[in-house]
Amino acid sequence: MKDQIDYLKLRAALGHISRREFMGRMGALGVSAALANTLLADAVRAAGPQKGGTIKVGIDGGSSSDTLDPALVTNSTGTMLLRLWGEPLIELALSGGLEGRIAESWEGSADASVWTFKIRQGVTFSNGKTVTAEDVLATMERHSGEDTKSGALGIMRGIKAMRAEGDMFVVELSEPNADLPYLLTDYHLVIQPNGGKDDPNAAIGTGPYILKSAEQGVRFVAEKNPNHWDSSHGHAETIEMIVINDDTARVAALQSGQVDMITRVPPRTAGLVSRAPNINVYSKSGPGHYVFIMHCDTAPFDNNDVRMALKYGINRQEMVDKVLFGYGSIGNDTPINASYPLFTPAEQREYDPDKAKFHMQKSGYDGAILLRTSDNSFPGAPDASALFQQSLAQAGINLEIKREPNDGYWSEVWNKQPFCTSYWSGRPVQDQMFSTAYLSSADWNDTRFNNEKFDQLLVAARAELDETKRKQMYADMSDILRNEGGLICPMFNDFIDGVSDKIGGWQETIGFGLMNLYAPVKTWVTA
Amino acid sequence: MNAAVKLVAQRVALGLLLLFLVSILIFVGTLILPGDVAQSILGQSATPEALANLRKELGLNEPALTRYVSWLAGVFHGDLGTALTSGQDIAESLGRRLGNTLFLAFWAAIIAVPLAIFLGLLAVRYRDRWPDKLISGVTLASISIPEFLIGYVLMYFIGVKLGWAPSVAMMNDSMSLGQKLHAIALPVAVLTLVVLAHMMRMTRAAILNVMQSAYIETAELKGLSMFTIIWRHAFPNSIAPIVNVVMLNLAYLVVGVVVVEVVFTYPGMGQYLVDHVSKRDVPVVQACGLVFAAVYIGLNMVADIVSILSNPRLRHPK
Repeated sequence: MKDQIDYLKLRAALGHISRREFMGRMGALGVSAALANTLLADAVRAAGPQKGGTIKVGIDGGSSSDTLDPALVTNSTGTMLLRLWGEPLIELALSGGLEGRIAESWEGSADASVWTFKIRQGVTFSNGKTVTAEDVLATMERHSGEDTKSGALGIMRGIKAMRAEGDMFVVELSEPNADLPYLLTDYHLVIQPNGGKDDPNAAIGTGPYILKSAEQGVRFVAEKNPNHWDSSHGHAETIEMIVINDDTARVAALQSGQVDMITRVPPRTAGLVSRAPNINVYSKSGPGHYVFIMHCDTAPFDNNDVRMALKYGINRQEMVDKVLFGYGSIGNDTPINASYPLFTPAEQREYDPDKAKFHMQKSGYDGAILLRTSDNSFPGAPDASALFQQSLAQAGINLEIKREPNDGYWSEVWNKQPFCTSYWSGRPVQDQMFSTAYLSSADWNDTRFNNEKFDQLLVAARAELDETKRKQMYADMSDILRNEGGLICPMFNDFIDGVSDKIGGWQETIGFGLMNLYAPVKTWVTA
Repeated sequence: MNAAVKLVAQRVALGLLLLFLVSILIFVGTLILPGDVAQSILGQSATPEALANLRKELGLNEPALTRYVSWLAGVFHGDLGTALTSGQDIAESLGRRLGNTLFLAFWAAIIAVPLAIFLGLLAVRYRDRWPDKLISGVTLASISIPEFLIGYVLMYFIGVKLGWAPSVAMMNDSMSLGQKLHAIALPVAVLTLVVLAHMMRMTRAAILNVMQSAYIETAELKGLSMFTIIWRHAFPNSIAPIVNVVMLNLAYLVVGVVVVEVVFTYPGMGQYLVDHVSKRDVPVVQACGLVFAAVYIGLNMVADIVSILSNPRLRHPK
């Protein structure tokens, strides 16, 4: 029977028999559908990538007011585009860890305060120019100068000096940071000729594709870059990205075969979609999470007992079941979960109305608590708020919900009002997540958290090169947040992608959905 | 004919004044909205420095009046300016979107208007009998269902299950006219269903109104067939209200179809406007607003003029 299975696998991988036929014959051999699916995926990957064809992607996030300037990209459409035509110095490897792109190798000084990156030789931009360390330097300058408007400015701030030496790019930090290579995987930081200072919107880079047509918020077409240095990227001849922001329309486009893969299948319908014979739905846990955030410096949330009462008064499992429809995992009042490299599990906080009541009485506060929410603060936020209201009511705590308009939520409510719903898409490493939102001096310290010990640990961990000690430091910091922070994190949301069975080479990855948005670059069309 | 020319000139002048007032209204409206374009572009990832730098670059630190006056001066020179968010030339990107919107509206109108009028005549011919009731029932049902729902239903059955027409109405320059028509088949069908009832009911009501007149009875007594009476004698006399409602619906097809555009991912003006309102991109919102207002005012003007010209009493005032 083994021979038969192998024979069928080969036939299917080469496209001689259809997936449906393969599944049918496997069933006849007594192989379960789930196993047959896995066998097929393995076989297709083992047969190696097939070249040519067109991959069409239905993607969310794009708007007609976007630009091609990498510094101003904020959504998944823009990020996937950057992955097509550009490359950063370093990228997250699909299975974790780092891989060099424009940087061939890199090295930190013993105290992690000076980093040297060796620029890969013979890489050319799509305009024919060769990539030099000067181009890298100019790119980093454009994202970090005094007058930059780059979304990557936050992570470039710790840099004291940068210079190009031959084919080396050297970064000196004002304080040591062992995570710098991870920070440089930020999607904004694709290398442009002269850093894009001449024309930031030119979309000229070193990526596996060359952008041929760009209609913002509508459609993008990219053709294979014949001179790309890495043959493991870019198998299809043409990539077409179609912006479909409406959930139902995106799913329908996949079902009717107008696109080959889509982002963000709505959790509500994901089960239904996956039943279609020619569609695979992949769900992947990531660092993204939904939060209820309290300002630790504003009454009544300045009292830790109030914060603890609310943390005990939320039913996390119920939210995962009813808001995420099971496509997610429960949170533990820290932004860190198993998707971070140095994660240590802590005791899970459970819903406990008695403890919530106890802490509330201890705090001496007996008024109502006002929570602001809106539809765009995270999908299902008003529903989650209503569930929170119910679970708190059992503890005798009165939660009032104020529904805010989507429009202006990020400028008027988030990071301004003392208690609201929000989301974080997460960061590749703990240091970055903590320094972005929980360091007392962070711009986006949206819980107004100010804890001296936490800040000290954060700075110390950056310079700590002993991984065991570092891991312990991060565990301690998570504990401080869990027990004193203004963050209630009930759930981590999964990325749910829908992919046609015409696509080969799909892999489990870390990072964003659609293989960290590299799917069009790393998968191929099977015959 | 002199009176008619004077009338048209008057209407055009009034229309221009109205457009000017509309532009002020839109400008004030976008100022009242919370947040500004810099905040909206950077979104949740805005740092104070990045915000300040972007505001300076976009000229948002100028007083509102200065910005309005310089924009107005540009418009008088035929320059709509560039989008604050994307830096693209507004006239060019708007032109492409407007073309798409008009393309969709044109084909929807080509089908919907004759169909509605024909169904209206048919309903009068078989008044209070089953064809009349069937036509009224179906069209009223289709106008009562929200258009996005009709869109989803057609998308599911015709797009996904039967595969007759694409569920995403994607247009690009390399497509032939036939391919383009195939691409917009579903949105055209939805729009037709949505505007049909209004025009059909008005046609029916207007003609029935005329049918009460004495001269219709005379025509009947002459022995003319029912359909000839309706087409030759009743319809010309009820043209004014019908043109009015047709123009209103045409205006809707141009300015009010954003929901249908979103559902079918059609790159029209509605989506373009909404994207820029949410980013507070005032110049683009102004330009879109002007175009929409011009379409609305223009079509209403046509309706007025046609109804005056079609009425001999108004055409030849004593």
